[in-house]
Amino acid sequence: MALKRINKELADLGRDPPSSCSAGPEDETDMFSWQATIMGPGDSPYAGGVFFLRINFPTDYPFKPPKVSFITKIYHPNINNNGSICLDILKEQWSPALTVSKVLLSICSMLTDPNPDDPLVPEIAQLYKTDRQLYEKNAKEWTRKYAT
Amino acid sequence: MSSEGSDVDFYYDDDDEMIVDDDEGSAISEDDMDGIDTYRDDYAAQPSSSKRKIYEVEFDTLPQEAVEGLIRKDVEYISSILGVETDAASLLLRHMNWNKEKLIERYMEDSAAQSAKAGIAPVEPPPAQIPPSSSRSSSSRSVKTSSAPKRVTRRTTAESALKAKALLTPEPSVEPESFLCPICCDDSQPKTLSLVCDHKFCADCWVHHLKNKIRVEGDYSIKCMASGCTLIATDSFVTSTLAEEPESVERYKELIVRSFVAANKALKFCPYPSCTYTVSCPNAATKSALTQMVPTVHCATESHKFCFGCPIESDHRPVICGVAKMWLKKCEDDSETANWIKSNTKECSKCQSTIEKNGGCNHMTCRKCKYEFCWVCMGPWSEHGTTWYSCNRFDEASGIEARDAQARSRASLERYLHYYNRWANHEQSAKLSADMYAKTEKKMEEMQITSNLSWIEVQFAKKAADELFKCRMTLKWTYAMAYYLQKDNEKEIFEANQSDLEQAVESLTELLESPIEAEDIPVLRQKMTDKTVYVQKRSEIMLEDTAKGFLENRWRWNVNVDGFEPATVLAD
Repeated sequence: MALKRINKELADLGRDPPSSCSAGPEDETDMFSWQATIMGPGDSPYAGGVFFLRINFPTDYPFKPPKVSFITKIYHPNINNNGSICLDILKEQWSPALTVSKVLLSICSMLTDPNPDDPLVPEIAQLYKTDRQLYEKNAKEWTRKYAT
Repeated sequence: MSSEGSDVDFYYDDDDEMIVDDDEGSAISEDDMDGIDTYRDDYAAQPSSSKRKIYEVEFDTLPQEAVEGLIRKDVEYISSILGVETDAASLLLRHMNWNKEKLIERYMEDSAAQSAKAGIAPVEPPPAQIPPSSSRSSSSRSVKTSSAPKRVTRRTTAESALKAKALLTPEPSVEPESFLCPICCDDSQPKTLSLVCDHKFCADCWVHHLKNKIRVEGDYSIKCMASGCTLIATDSFVTSTLAEEPESVERYKELIVRSFVAANKALKFCPYPSCTYTVSCPNAATKSALTQMVPTVHCATESHKFCFGCPIESDHRPVICGVAKMWLKKCEDDSETANWIKSNTKECSKCQSTIEKNGGCNHMTCRKCKYEFCWVCMGPWSEHGTTWYSCNRFDEASGIEARDAQARSRASLERYLHYYNRWANHEQSAKLSADMYAKTEKKMEEMQITSNLSWIEVQFAKKAADELFKCRMTLKWTYAMAYYLQKDNEKEIFEANQSDLEQAVESLTELLESPIEAEDIPVLRQKMTDKTVYVQKRSEIMLEDTAKGFLENRWRWNVNVDGFEPATVLAD
């Protein structure tokens, strides 16, 4: 079941690719581990950066959410040093009707609008709330350093 | 034995003979029972199940089906009062955490909002209600993509009827044209299911989804699979969809029972692994009741003893929950540290800072107050002159004074350790006597084979061992209680009872550990039976007097305990 669904998602991504992201298997022989790229949204301090992500599908996908993490280092209140992402739809709000493309779009919008009230990196969240300019400066710096 | 007999009986044609056989069989079993009963009479102090002791609490054990019955009653009550289907009533109750009064009140205020919150009705009109000509984009519900509008047109006529029906029976509809399930991307599935929101998915995916939620995540409020949809699967939807997965349905029912029990203060789920019994104990449901009694209960499995009032999974009589909890917390935090401090450190005689000597000579300089003193006699260093490495001034007045001060500051630590060590000792001894008994039992079994003693005659040691274990546990907790009791006449009586019980327990332990020879058995049996009865009586007195004390509000604590008057004399 999982394989059929993953293949369908891959075909859909090929036919109708979402703007600013792409995804596909790292290796044609293993459909359960994918790599994805997200272009930093233009209206965010991540603009101009290309971020790589790893997607691992559990065997009972889509009843369990895929494991998604950043490979590229990124300065963001909801993404930590290991690239782990704190996003509700990847955890308790996952629904089997969600797809990789919707998850990637959610991550894109999270880059534009971080959620500092549910932070994974409290220091960055604190900065985001109190000194937006410094946060943006740091985020731009990291983007330039790691994502270009 | 009897079942074998009846199996054979079925081969006979004569009915009369079978009845005769049955009678004989029952006669034998009654004889057996008599034997046990007369044996029990030896132990007159054995608490009889009919009469409740003052330190015991009234409770009831309910199997899972009985709790399900209670739930059904509540659901039917709500269903009749609010005029909704039982499925909806069940969801509403779960949403309100089984609080009927609150539910009725809220539902009367705004039934639509409550229905939406409980996951019964969609927050916004279901997609089927959007006329096909509508220009509204369905991007938010991209689950139903290309094939959706076609079905919608077909449905609008029968829509209202279907909507009413869907709550009751989630009848799988067979899709005439090919249906591509958005979850598994399979178009060969003939059966589709949906909740009232009409988000259709194939039956297989639903089964998988429900199973995953119930078995893996332990969830019983399972949302529709469409992303963003807040509808929750009704009981009848879950049970009918999982018709071929009885284990999952069982687990689903258990999860609901657990949530019901957790919401009801007069009920508690048996904490033992994979036990599904519930204990009902309305007398211990309030906080104030717990300052007057220790509600030790057990489920239908008698060894599953636990406290109804707190999470301690054993009998902590005679001490009440609040004090027992305080003591356990103190032990957890302090015991090891206190022991280490006691054996490795001394206090500066001037500022009372705790000091560990980790090398060097006996000339100590307190880092905090710069006081110089001798580690051996604790007296001031100024009196020591040039004798750097040894101290011959142990009897000097200043040294004695310093040591006295030290002793005072150690007193509270010593006091705690006094109680803690006895507490720990009883726990340890209880374990040891269990091991001891295992050895004795083996010996008894051997004796039964080699001599002409019957099984019943060698059971006295088991009685003794069981009683010992129980009393050691009681004794253990009396030390926790004594630690917090204010020093007064009542405490003295308490400690006298404690010491009587302790002495009796120790002498019974000694008896149990004495070597057993076949010829001594009758004497030993007599002695041990007598001692066991005595220990039982002492333990009864201990438990009864403490329980009475709580009812009469006789006990005074040296710390502040919730539900009691503030302590007048605080422990140092």
